[in-house]
Amino acid sequence: MNIAELQTKLLAAARANPPGDRVPYAFEKRVVALLAARTAADPLALWVRGLWRAAVSCVAIALLLGAWAFFNPAASSKTDDLSQNFENTLLASVDQNDQAQ
Amino acid sequence: MEQTEADLIAAVLRGNAASFEPLVQRYSPRVFATARRYARRESEVEDISQEVWLKAFEKLKSFRGEAPFEHWLMRLTVRTCYDFLRGHQRNRESPFSDLTEPENDWLERFVVQPETASENAAAAKLLVERILERLSPQARLVITLLEIEDRSVKEIAQLTGWSVPLVKVRAFRARAEMRRILAKMATDKYL
Repeated sequence: MNIAELQTKLLAAARANPPGDRVPYAFEKRVVALLAARTAADPLALWVRGLWRAAVSCVAIALLLGAWAFFNPAASSKTDDLSQNFENTLLASVDQNDQAQ
Repeated sequence: MEQTEADLIAAVLRGNAASFEPLVQRYSPRVFATARRYARRESEVEDISQEVWLKAFEKLKSFRGEAPFEHWLMRLTVRTCYDFLRGHQRNRESPFSDLTEPENDWLERFVVQPETASENAAAAKLLVERILERLSPQARLVITLLEIEDRSVKEIAQLTGWSVPLVKVRAFRARAEMRRILAKMATDKYL
């Protein structure tokens, strides 16, 4: 069997038989009714959509900050150590007393 | 007085959903004809067409009016049909032993005297549908647009959102895939 010729013949058959363009009765009315029902029914859907968008943004920001903190450990070591600052503040009065004596 | 397409679109964008109805009425025949190229059951054709119009309504804001509305809508239709094909891949590996009698007769006639097997025969139409159903979604889309609807590579690129070189590569692969399926059919039938 000549496969290439069969292919040509079958494609010609498909070209010779285009599909019909019949539309079911009142299809446009059905579509518009569906759209009306969709837009009317869902104030909650808008709220939920907003929440999802906010959640996605928060996750994206968290990931970016996480990545930034992970790839820049030197940046955090440059700043003063929080525990050291805390200790200095707490013991400031003792240090002043020591210096005065 | 009949409203122009631009007036109807502007009215829909202002929130008048009823103005969408004349657009649906005007362009549904083209949407249905396109959907029938990719789905055989009438219920599936209706589902695809409905999906196209719901998407068109949702995305109408993105229609800038630089190209005709029909072109924009056909892009949406072709992409929805492609999504449908990807979601409904079936019967792609089943054997060709279940060909009907007219299909078998047509093939026999083609083997004996290829020129006597008419492409206008109903059996040829059924057979080509059977072959197209076995193609991968990409291959079916390309074969349909390029070989059956006779569209140019550039047009297909615009309709599908693929680049021109990608359409050419996929067309080459699609033809090869179709020949492989035809060869398998010949093997199943005659060996």
